[in-house]
Amino acid sequence: MSTDSAPAAQEPDRLITHAAQPGLAALFLAFARMSLAGFGGVLVFARHAIVDQHRWMTAEEFNETFALCHFLPGPNIVNLSMVFGSRLRGIAGGVAAFTGLLLPPTLIMTVLAVIYARFGDVEVLRRILAGISCAAVGLLIAVVFRMMTPLLKRMDVVVLVLMLGVFTAIGVLRWPLQAVLLVAIPLSIGATCLMRRKVAA
Amino acid sequence: MSSENPIGALISTFGLMSLFAVGGAAAAVPEMHRVAVDVHHWMTDKQFADAYAIAQLSPGPNVLIVTLIGYAVAGIPGALAATLAMCLPTALLAYYVSRLLNRPNQSRWPALIQAALVPLSIGLMAASALILVQSTDRTIAAVLLTAAVALIASVSRVNPLWLLLAGGILGFAGIV
Repeated sequence: MSTDSAPAAQEPDRLITHAAQPGLAALFLAFARMSLAGFGGVLVFARHAIVDQHRWMTAEEFNETFALCHFLPGPNIVNLSMVFGSRLRGIAGGVAAFTGLLLPPTLIMTVLAVIYARFGDVEVLRRILAGISCAAVGLLIAVVFRMMTPLLKRMDVVVLVLMLGVFTAIGVLRWPLQAVLLVAIPLSIGATCLMRRKVAA
Repeated sequence: MSSENPIGALISTFGLMSLFAVGGAAAAVPEMHRVAVDVHHWMTDKQFADAYAIAQLSPGPNVLIVTLIGYAVAGIPGALAATLAMCLPTALLAYYVSRLLNRPNQSRWPALIQAALVPLSIGLMAASALILVQSTDRTIAAVLLTAAVALIASVSRVNPLWLLLAGGILGFAGIV
């Protein structure tokens, strides 16, 4: 562990909610570390580092920040790095966290891209990648299934129809994303509004 | 490839795409596939599936599949341009919105809109899964492997990396 992030370890008793504000280097290193640990997604590691390890945010603050980033467009965890860093250290902190999250894995990915461009046609590598692809798709199906479970339990017909509609339009008919969302988002917001009103009445 | 500057095409494509990518990187996969394979012919179906596999196997946010697409189009400058175009505009947007919302806000609209987006983003991710299944699972053994991983990951908390490695070993052995 670097000296920048040491205070949290030195005085654990006095830091019930918040640790001392981290420096820019500490932010960069913390996000680089959680990014490099994040095989198959960084969220779990980000929450562990920010809430449990460094105590830079309480669990509630983290949930609120993540909800905001999930609701905005773009890669959630990248948005989170910028919002989180800037809440602690202003825009410079945001840039430090953003760079820490993206720079090391981008370099790794670029090296892999070079290797793939040169050896992608080698038979053994092809077979290994084919096997990994099959497993990776299986993981994606599992995530979709886990996220779908609460919706299926509620048996809300409108929600299920919207979900199936987007799935069919994009997955089966291969319509452009923008066009589909332009129709689906207002429809869904309208439907949610009506349902909330019915529940309230 | 068209005669226009490939770096410019990467930046405009991914910059625009990120602004519509509500629901994260997984939800943007069908659109990436449509643009990279069907519209611009930057990659073949097989190369796209390989890129997805490499992005899953590597550490870091899964959105970095755009780094691989960018490299396929225009080498290292393309890789960096695609990554920044996909990540920076929305991160800045998030920064400004979070500053706006930082003051106490009693509006019910953010929660309502978020609830409304949930079924759409799940539908998008399911579409991603379907498109990838169609390009990777060409044999019965491959379908079985995908189904087995989906089942194991749904019911247990095993580290995803082990499942990816198992897939790699089965591929190496020539089973799938």
